[in-house]
Amino acid sequence: MSGIPHDHYEPKTGIEKWLHTRLPIVGLVYDTLMLPTPKNLNWMWIWGIVLAFTLVLQIATGIVLVMHYTPHVDLAFASVEHIMRDVNGGHMIRYFHANGASLFFVAVYLHMFRGLYYGSYKAPREVTWIIGMLMYLVMMGTAFMGYVLPWGQMSFHGTAVITGLFGAIPFIGDAIQTWLLGASAVGQPALNRFFSLHYLLPFVLLGLTIVHVWAFHTTGNNNPTGVEVRRTSKEDAAKDTLPFWPYFVIKDLFALAVVLAVFMAIVGFMPNYLGHPDNYVPANPLATPSHIVPEWYFLPFYAILRAFTADVWIVQLVNFVSFGIIDAKFFGVLAMFGAIAVMALAPWLDTSSVRSGRYRPMFKWWFALLAFDFIVLMWVGAMPTDGIYPYISLIAATYWFGYFLVLLPLLGVIEKPLPQPATIEDDFNAHYAPKAGADASAKSAE
Amino acid sequence: MFRKLTLTAATALALTTGQAIAESETHIEDFDFSFEGPFGSYDQMQLQRGLQIYTENCSSCHGLEYVAFRTLHDEGGPALPEDQMRAYAEFYEIYDPAIDDYRLATPADKFPAVTAAGAPDLSLMAKSRAGFHGPLGSGLNQLFKGMGGAEYIASILTGYEETPECAPEDFDGYYNVAFAAGGFPEECIDDHGHHMVPGSWIGMPQPLWGDDVEFADGHSTDIHHEAQDIAAFLMWTAEPKMMDRKHAGLAGVILLIMLSVLLYLTNKRLWAPHKHKD
Repeated sequence: MSGIPHDHYEPKTGIEKWLHTRLPIVGLVYDTLMLPTPKNLNWMWIWGIVLAFTLVLQIATGIVLVMHYTPHVDLAFASVEHIMRDVNGGHMIRYFHANGASLFFVAVYLHMFRGLYYGSYKAPREVTWIIGMLMYLVMMGTAFMGYVLPWGQMSFHGTAVITGLFGAIPFIGDAIQTWLLGASAVGQPALNRFFSLHYLLPFVLLGLTIVHVWAFHTTGNNNPTGVEVRRTSKEDAAKDTLPFWPYFVIKDLFALAVVLAVFMAIVGFMPNYLGHPDNYVPANPLATPSHIVPEWYFLPFYAILRAFTADVWIVQLVNFVSFGIIDAKFFGVLAMFGAIAVMALAPWLDTSSVRSGRYRPMFKWWFALLAFDFIVLMWVGAMPTDGIYPYISLIAATYWFGYFLVLLPLLGVIEKPLPQPATIEDDFNAHYAPKAGADASAKSAE
Repeated sequence: MFRKLTLTAATALALTTGQAIAESETHIEDFDFSFEGPFGSYDQMQLQRGLQIYTENCSSCHGLEYVAFRTLHDEGGPALPEDQMRAYAEFYEIYDPAIDDYRLATPADKFPAVTAAGAPDLSLMAKSRAGFHGPLGSGLNQLFKGMGGAEYIASILTGYEETPECAPEDFDGYYNVAFAAGGFPEECIDDHGHHMVPGSWIGMPQPLWGDDVEFADGHSTDIHHEAQDIAAFLMWTAEPKMMDRKHAGLAGVILLIMLSVLLYLTNKRLWAPHKHKD
């Protein structure tokens, strides 16, 4: 097996040897927990643990919610109120679950942007990145279908809008939309299948999590310098790394406890802040809310979807070239999925030989603009589609594509990177001088 | 490119502020409710007064279909004594599909659903109208001033005003400065599409006028106090477990902070030799 050289599990007692020759499960756990981890990881490397915890939280609370929920158009809304009012602790479980989705996306966006800044997506970690992107898609699907289940006004009309996107596909769109909904409109068949899939997909996510972890345990973690761990010998590797247990387990648990304290405050004191009040109105097909807004975590991509309207020249051009097959609506759908696709292609679009943004003087600023762009998209996604907002959406969406398709390939060629430290050990020692009594109050890792 | 972006951003900002004026405005007043903030709690007497207003004024048209009578006895709510709660339930006749007839309500039953056509159920009103109060729909007023559905309800109830002069006399509904979703006469929209008066026309005639009830505890019955009492009660019907939730939240936050401190110290001690701090 490749990977960073380190001590492997050696069965000592008779029973350990007996088990190890039959099922080396203790060795698997040992090697996973004792994985040599770059010792200079900073606090942006904690979101993986937060995500793993949140997945377990969502599955655990979700299983209890299912025990009291009824997936029927006439009963779903009332069964959620039953959970909120009559089930012991049900109001807390539901608020954990609903806000857990937000925690999930906060963590995943920070996790993704960490990867984008420190070049975690670059060789040899492309597979980890691609699996991560698949996980993100599964997460979005799961969150979307979960939002349908309370069968409130936003659930119902949001479903109509989102499944309507598939209806924009030329020729086969209507058929696909009908197939997704199980009917020509949102109703009982859609609610039933979304409930089923909402229960299934988290376990798919769990499986992908294992593959994701497996992939980066093979390549080793990236780190803030982007410099690889020395693999020349066990001794060299040991100078760059510390075992995952206990050093990073304790560090991650500390970070998790802090994040959960904030999460607990939101659940306890303002659990509906991130939700839409209209979803406390039972679904009514005859009354469309004046403003259909997706949950906050979909807004950046929703903004990209809406950005490309029929009066944008590129939409008109594509429409003309494709003989009208790709109209503005379909173009928007393509742009939305394209926005995620270009992100997934980052490993091949980024031409720079330097991994970490820390040593890329030009990249740094464009990356900062991308992060800002993401926030602008999130904000403008909740705004109406008149006045200045379409222009802002268009500019912000254009930058998103420009960053991945133009800037990433270009910067690698024109940028002159700064010198990188020779080893992780050097970087770590630069922060924590090895001499005793040096700057004892030195800042913690970043 | 930077220059272009900055220019666009500046123009965008300038135009956005102009845009905001064109949207219809409503007056949502910031009332002081006892249950606001992490440590706020329901005022039991206020909830009982609100229940009285609901019973004597609102219940003739509006239902509370998700609220069970027994919960009126719950701690952290109106907390009526058990005998009073049982007696209260018997005020109501409910339809029982098992016997296909009406019978007296028991504590396990729920308040009847909507009784008048077009009158929405009030169980969740305070949560479904918790709107995004604040600049640009940001919800900042909700975050910092504790403004939510209770403020909205109280504002609607106190928001009935003289019909503005621009409106035709036979325009459907009743003018209300806090209501946004109602009809609006074209005569009150100027050439730029701006609404000349705040609010819109609501279907419900003014329900509270002041001195609509008589409280046993002698509490003031002016319209402002009545509106607050019923709004507080409706907040409770929408979020009956709020007290439990805040207690759980507080305990959780305190425990997690303690755990964070312990883990911080453990982490520091663990890493010290490797950070050469020993």
